[in-house]
Parts: sequence; structure tokens; C-alpha cells
Amino acid sequence: MSSAATAIKIQARDLDFYYGPVRALKAVNIDCHDRKVTAIIGPSGCGKSTFIRTLNRMNDVIAGTRVSGRILLDGEDINAPDVDVVELRRRVGMVFQKPNPFPKSIYDNIAYGLRINGLRDKRKLEETVERSLRGAALWEEVKDRLDENAFVLSGGQQQRLCIARSLAVEPEVILFDEPCSAIDPIATAKVEDLIENLKKSYTVVIVTHNMQQAARVSDYTAFMMLGELVEFGPTGKIFTAPTHKLTEDYITGRFG
Amino acid sequence: MKQATQKKVAQFLAFLLLRVCLYLVLAVLLLFLFDIGKKGGGAISWEFLSQAPRKGMTAGGIFPAIFGTFLVTLITALLAVPLGMCAAIYLNEYARQDRLTRLIRLAIRNLSGVPSIVYGLFGVILFVNIMRFGTSVLSAGLTLGLMTLPWTITASEEALKTVPNSYREGALALGATKWQSIRTNVLPYAVPGMLTGTVLGLARAAGETAPILFTGAAFFLPYLPKSLGDQFMALPYHLYILATQHHQIEQVRPLAYGTALVLIALVLGLNMTAVVIRYRLRRKRR
Repeated sequence: MSSAATAIKIQARDLDFYYGPVRALKAVNIDCHDRKVTAIIGPSGCGKSTFIRTLNRMNDVIAGTRVSGRILLDGEDINAPDVDVVELRRRVGMVFQKPNPFPKSIYDNIAYGLRINGLRDKRKLEETVERSLRGAALWEEVKDRLDENAFVLSGGQQQRLCIARSLAVEPEVILFDEPCSAIDPIATAKVEDLIENLKKSYTVVIVTHNMQQAARVSDYTAFMMLGELVEFGPTGKIFTAPTHKLTEDYITGRFG
Repeated sequence: MKQATQKKVAQFLAFLLLRVCLYLVLAVLLLFLFDIGKKGGGAISWEFLSQAPRKGMTAGGIFPAIFGTFLVTLITALLAVPLGMCAAIYLNEYARQDRLTRLIRLAIRNLSGVPSIVYGLFGVILFVNIMRFGTSVLSAGLTLGLMTLPWTITASEEALKTVPNSYREGALALGATKWQSIRTNVLPYAVPGMLTGTVLGLARAAGETAPILFTGAAFFLPYLPKSLGDQFMALPYHLYILATQHHQIEQVRPLAYGTALVLIALVLGLNMTAVVIRYRLRRKRR
């Protein structure tokens, strides 16, 4: 768990978020370092999912929401009026809480993101599908049945398929919104290994309920409560020598 | 122990009641079909299906009415299907879910409850008079189309609602535009349901009399409509005439039953088509 200074990929600055009149994020400041894993932990309803969904503007699709403050991706405000949200979401991929394969073949699931971006070249598609599946450690399990429906896969495989699907469009950042809460412990271990690998090439942000998971996979940890960032720092420090009493109480299981 | 027995008896009685209700409904339907089949079956022949009525509609067949019903239903479909689906896509996918949208949706639901004769008279004013399409198969088809629209919109919207949001979000998160996500990841899974609801709506339209009564259906025509501006004969209207307006009602009664049988078979056929479409598309998805 190195805490050596690295480039900062994403900066959230005084980030506020509202669902209608409800303020779900309160002046949140978090830095996500390039090619590191940043974990967001905190009790249910603390705003961690809301936070991660602001990073690729996934909250845009919810009516009546409002964001203020700034989120900088490589120093540029992603909420600026001239930002193409479609391009932003290609650069900032997302893996959801429940595996959400599309009801298409395994191949078509991976190729989806390429096709909507206009790629038709069959060889290029095939190459990318294989590379993405390998990147998600799924290739060996599915290489002989790429045209089977993705629903035949187990839950853990489906989640890795979703990871492969987001790798295919070559994002810079991958957001994981509680990626292991709907899969079993063995599949969880595989996804965690995968995240460890992914951070060599990608900036990873992961929301998790599971504190051991945050301790295992992340370089930095942010602890949130009631929409506020309580503490942010290198994971080793947060878990061994937290500054705030709330953080200590949470990670030692006194509440949450 | 006693309580457990009581609960079992209660459950048995409840199931019995539900089953009896189902059988009652089925019995009425079957009795109805059996009666029409028995009285109309004798009238069905190749001549009946392929010839025009002769001798003041006391002999011959009902081909012009079959043809006219097909034609008018086709026009109905051309108006109601694309427009209904597009409206549903807009309402469910694009429109802000605010008070105005809810009001529009409520209005559409209400329109599906408006009596068909009201549509008929509205069609006379709008299509026959104002738009000057005259009493024609076009006016009648458009009137039926208007009547069917609320059904196709509602059915299509319900079909869109069954597509999980995770398909939409998953596509957006990969950098799809909203329209791309709808076209490639929502519509393919909603279309079976949309078509089913739509075909059911069309089947209902095919059997309607009131909307075509003043807008284009003819009492009797010796020829088939040659253009959209012509009048036409239609099965439900023909049946209405044979059953109530004919000068020799008793004599043409078998023909009336035969016509009813053909009309029911047609509507049943359309409904079966809907079932088959849905089954096929669902299987393809697996």
C-alpha cells in the first residue's frame, strides 16, 4: 500500500449533490490518484453510491437532481457545459452493484460498447473481445461459448463479464459500485484479484460495504457518513490510525 | 390442530370459488362460440368466402366485407402502430415525469374508455368533412386508428416499463447516447410486448362497427374499393345489417351466423398472431 505521491486523476471539490430538496452530499473533497484504488466506505445511505455516480454523471438520468461544486478529471470540470457526457462515460467506465449483462451473447455484450462507437471491423472486434475477456480473467471460462447468452453465466462470471465489457471501450477510470455485494465469496476473491491487476492500467474507484475488502484492495480510503466525508487518507493509515473517532468506531464495527 | 384444519378448509373453499368463476367465464365463452359455430358453420363454403353477395344479400358470399375489413384494419395499423409506439417511447423514455406528463398519460387512458360511436362521429367531422376525405375507407381507417391509438400507446408503454433500468444504465455507462441505449438495448426487448398489445388493439378495431358506420362503410357495394377514397364493405357492419336491417331477416340468418363466424375467426386469428409473435421473439431472446 504505497502512499507515494502520484498524479491525481479525479478531484472532487466542495461537491454538493441534491435529490430534489434532499442534500445527499455535503461539501465532499476526495482525490482519486492515477492508477491507484480508492475505496469509499460508510454506512448505508451515507452517499457513497451517490458520490461514485457523480463521477461519470450517471445521476444525470435521475430527474430533479442537482450538483454543485466541482469534479475535475485530469484537471477539467466534467460538469462544464461543453463537456460531452457520452465521451465522459466512455472515459469513466462503471460496474454496477448487480451484474447487469445485456440479454445478448457473451460476444455481443463485450462488443456492445465498441459497436455503439461505430466499430464494424470484425477482426478488430474479435481482438478486443478476447483482450477484454482476458483482462477480466474470464477468457478461459468462456472462449468456447462466446455466442451463448450471457445469462447462462454464474453471477460472479456475469460480474466479470460486465468488467470486461467496460474494459472493451478502453476507459481511463473504472468505477465499481459495490461490485461484490451480489456475488459469493469465491467470486468476490476473483473480482478483488482483478481489481488489483486493473490498477496497473486504470484508475479505480470502488464503493464497498465490506471493510475487509476496502482494506484488501485499496490504496486510499474515504470514510463517509450522512453525506459528509469524515476522513480520507492512505488505506493503511485509515485502518490502523484513524484520526476521527467516528472512523475508528465504524472500522472496529461499533456501528454500521 | 383445529386451527390448521380450518385454514386448510378456508384455502380449499377459496380455490374452489376461484375455479368456479373461471369455469363460468369459460362456459359462457364456449357456449357462445359453439352456438355461432353450429349455426354459422353450415354457411361457410369456398363460395361464401370468395364471392360477393347476390340477390339482395340473400345469396352469395361475403368476400367484399372480408376484403374491406382487412383493408381498413391495415390503414388502422399504419396510423396506430408507428404513432403509438413512438408516443410510448417518448412518454416512457424521454418525457420528464412531471405533472404534465402524468396528465397526458391520464388523458390517454381516458381516451381508451371513450365509446366508439363518439370516435365515429368525431371521424365524420375531422376526416370526412374538415379534411375532405369523404366517406371512404381512408376516413374509416383513420377513425379506427385514432380509436386504437390509446391502446397501442398504453400497451407499448407497459412493454417498455418491463425492460429493466439496468439495461439502459449499462449502455449509458459504456458511452451510448440515450437514443443508442433505447434503440439497441431497450426496444429489442420491448417490441414483443409492444406488438402483442398492438395486435390486440387492432383485433378490437377490426370488430368495431360504430366508428366506420358514418365514415366509410357501405351497406352494399357491387365492387371492391379501388382507391382509398372509395367506400367499402366490412364484416361487422355487414353482420349488423344481416342481423337487424335486412328485409328478410329470417332468410339470411344463416348468412349472418356465417359472417359472425368469419369475423370471430379473423379476430381470433389476429390474437393468435400476437401470441405467436410474442412466443417467437421471447424464445429468440433466450
